[in-house]
Amino acid sequence: MDIKNYMIDLTLKPTVLDAWHVSLAAFVMILAITLVVVLFLMVMHLMRSSSASSKPIVKEIEKIVEVPVEKIIEKVIEVPVEKIIEKVVEVPVDRIIEKIVQAPAPAPVILKESNPDAALQLLYLLQNDARFIDFVREDMSVHSDEDVGMVARVIHEGCNKVLNEHFTFAAICKENEGDKVTLLDGYDAAKVRITGQIVGKPPFTGTVIHKGWQITEVRLPNTVQGYNPNVIAPAEVEL
Amino acid sequence: MSLFDKIKKQATEVTKSDVLKKEDAKKENDDITQPAQRLESVQETLSEMPPAQDVSAQQPLMTHGFNNAAESLNLQAGINTPRLQIDNASDKHFTIGIDLGTTHCVLSFAEFTADDEAFSQQVMGIAQLTSPSVVEDKLQLPSFLYQAHAVELPEGSTALPWNVKPAYITGEIARHLGSKTPIRLVSSAKSWLCHAGVDCKSPILPADAPDEVEKVSPFEATKAYLEHMQQAWLRYHPNAPLSAQDVVITVPASFDPAARELTIEAARSVGLGQAILLEEPQAALYSWIEQTQGDWRKQAKCGDIILVIDVGGGTTDLSLIAVTEKEGNLDLTRVAVGEHILLGGDNMDLALAYTIKAKLEKEGKRLEPWQIQALTHGCREAKEKLFSQPSLDHVPLVVPNRGSSLIDGVLRSELTRDDLSAVIVDGFLPMVLVSERPVTRQRTGLRTTGLPYAQDAGITRHLAAFLSKQLNAADEFEAINVPQNATFLHPTAVLFNGGVFKAHALSERLMTVLNGWLAAENAPQARLLDGADLDLAVARGAAYYGFVRKGKGVRIKGGTAAAYYVGVESAMPAVPGMPPEIQALCIAPFGMEEGTQAELSGDEFGLVVGEPVRFRFFASTTRREDVVGTRLDYWQDDELSELSELEVILDKENRRAGEVVSVYLGSTVTEVGTLELNAFSNKDSGRWKIEFDVRN
Repeated sequence: MDIKNYMIDLTLKPTVLDAWHVSLAAFVMILAITLVVVLFLMVMHLMRSSSASSKPIVKEIEKIVEVPVEKIIEKVIEVPVEKIIEKVVEVPVDRIIEKIVQAPAPAPVILKESNPDAALQLLYLLQNDARFIDFVREDMSVHSDEDVGMVARVIHEGCNKVLNEHFTFAAICKENEGDKVTLLDGYDAAKVRITGQIVGKPPFTGTVIHKGWQITEVRLPNTVQGYNPNVIAPAEVEL
Repeated sequence: MSLFDKIKKQATEVTKSDVLKKEDAKKENDDITQPAQRLESVQETLSEMPPAQDVSAQQPLMTHGFNNAAESLNLQAGINTPRLQIDNASDKHFTIGIDLGTTHCVLSFAEFTADDEAFSQQVMGIAQLTSPSVVEDKLQLPSFLYQAHAVELPEGSTALPWNVKPAYITGEIARHLGSKTPIRLVSSAKSWLCHAGVDCKSPILPADAPDEVEKVSPFEATKAYLEHMQQAWLRYHPNAPLSAQDVVITVPASFDPAARELTIEAARSVGLGQAILLEEPQAALYSWIEQTQGDWRKQAKCGDIILVIDVGGGTTDLSLIAVTEKEGNLDLTRVAVGEHILLGGDNMDLALAYTIKAKLEKEGKRLEPWQIQALTHGCREAKEKLFSQPSLDHVPLVVPNRGSSLIDGVLRSELTRDDLSAVIVDGFLPMVLVSERPVTRQRTGLRTTGLPYAQDAGITRHLAAFLSKQLNAADEFEAINVPQNATFLHPTAVLFNGGVFKAHALSERLMTVLNGWLAAENAPQARLLDGADLDLAVARGAAYYGFVRKGKGVRIKGGTAAAYYVGVESAMPAVPGMPPEIQALCIAPFGMEEGTQAELSGDEFGLVVGEPVRFRFFASTTRREDVVGTRLDYWQDDELSELSELEVILDKENRRAGEVVSVYLGSTVTEVGTLELNAFSNKDSGRWKIEFDVRN
């Protein structure tokens, strides 16, 4: 027996295009795609771990990265079934590179939900020490300006007392209102809002319209178990 | 530094483009707390992004000085309660001053440190309920106790950080609830302690409560306030309990031996056995000495008589302190104290409210009790405003309706400067001659057991009486010259204490009156000692006293504020219809120093075993020359004042009932500052304590 009969000549081209050969070609294609996907995932993983070590907000970045990956995988699987192999390989690679560079660009919008308890507590304090709710909810149209003004003094004084007792206020801008100031590059836009002719580059020169307020300390009372924050003022019944 | 200065500074640092240097500079400048620091580093790593608005929006509000513009925040002194940190150290030792006031208590503390000269003290915020279920730290603990009805407050809403169900409701919440339900409010327990005629350990408060309300004794209430402060302290210093610190509790100088004993007993029963007493006017002077930081030696000189006028919420306390020189050092001696006068700042607010009430009634308006109360509150604020702003002519007073519609039925009036001058300045500090005396009316027989409030509101008249009575108080000091023709002791300096004197008009009026008296006798004008903290001086001075007791500052000498006598029947034939004459036997002389003893071994008394024996008990704030054993057959009315009776019971131990034992009396002034009277057996080592508080 000649051993050559059993050797496979790899240079041979298929001469017939039967079902067997078609399915063999499809199998090779699927293997190639799988390899690309695995490689891609590994690259992503490496990049993620290197960026995570330098940035403390792990969660946000995780989200950013994960979103495109999922999309790509879906596409990769869909595309080859109908289209040519070359394109399948190209498309994901281009996209991947783009996505990685842009990753932090669409800053994650995290909506923080406020805790209503502190707000209710402040209402409680304003009502109990200054009758704030009673005043604001009263129908003012039936009272004369004189009466309203008279009571407003009491409310005003009480509210001021509550605010001073529980918050420490500071003006953001030490200059007087009406004074000229210069804002240098890198000023804190959260603390200073510029308006009007906003053109050119900092430093900006402008007039202080409002000196701004900020709270530097909050001293809200502590509460114990059984405290119902929804009760702003208990009903009073005299016996 | 302004915000913009800061921005400029940072910008120049950036231009240096030396990142390391910039970071160093930032570290020095910022006193940011931990979470803020993290946020800032986030901001830096994301530096390519436009100004991180969302990041700064998440700034925790509580962090101090996250923003540099807040460096020089204008903290409003006085109103804000300092935020204390829990201090877990167990090796620290503190000196604690407790001002156990009639209307509120204050706790001041300072740490004993290795550095002798350093004395930095703080006033502790006392955690307390301000309304049901709400706990807040306040610098003052109102001395009120509320006996709530079983169903009045929700279950668990009176919990404090240290006790789920405290035995008593004290502090701000008690005052607040009590203002609407006075029948359940215990107030002025301190004044009751010094009220001869009631037993302070029997449940008598609230005085006019219906039988159903559980009553407490003034002693129990005092204990409750001390216990509250002790627990509040423990919360911040879990490993340094109050019982292991040096504790000084202040009492009015006019407190009698029984009231002092009750105060110290209350402290002992809450575990503060080491606590000592200090007179409030002395505490105020200590605080002044501490605050002048050594400069007091320039402001006071040898030969001075310092008059301390302490007008609190409910009491007026007067003391005289002599400044003398000994071996080149200035010596301070408390030479006289005034009587217990129940008259204070609260009376002033009440007086104003009743003036306004009269005005309104003239207009035909009837006032309900709650309106009078709201008016009193409004008058207090209006008074403070008028006193602090001389340009104001009147302040409107408005009492809104109690219901949710506050404008309907609103009560309106105004407090004018004329009202204020007439009622407060002229009413409480009238321009009088030094020869005038407080008016006393005959008490009506129907008087119920209330507090013996001063009948004359004229503080200047009380002062005139005090200074005249104490004309010879400083005779023993050569350095102090009182002119021959003087009709009263001439003070050379005045120290005020109490929130009342924040009103410039009042301190000025008192000085005018006093200097008028001095001018009439050709004496130099008295000067005002400046720099006292009118509200917190007593607690601060008390904490400083703990420091002084370690030998780290000048100490005011004093001893007992009066000479004490027991009444003994004189040996003479009985006269029908006349009570037997009694003699006063001195058992403790004036100015008897702490830690000394005196015995009356010459005078024997026969006491029956098992039967209570009572003595009448007297005090004199003027008889300085009497020594132990002096017998007085005759004295003037204003020389000796009678205190509550003393009682001694000889227990039956080793003795037959009915047996007569021969004893002599002895007195001890303890280190703590209380007076102790004992009966000693003439034959053996038997010794029995004589009780002060047997009032009924």
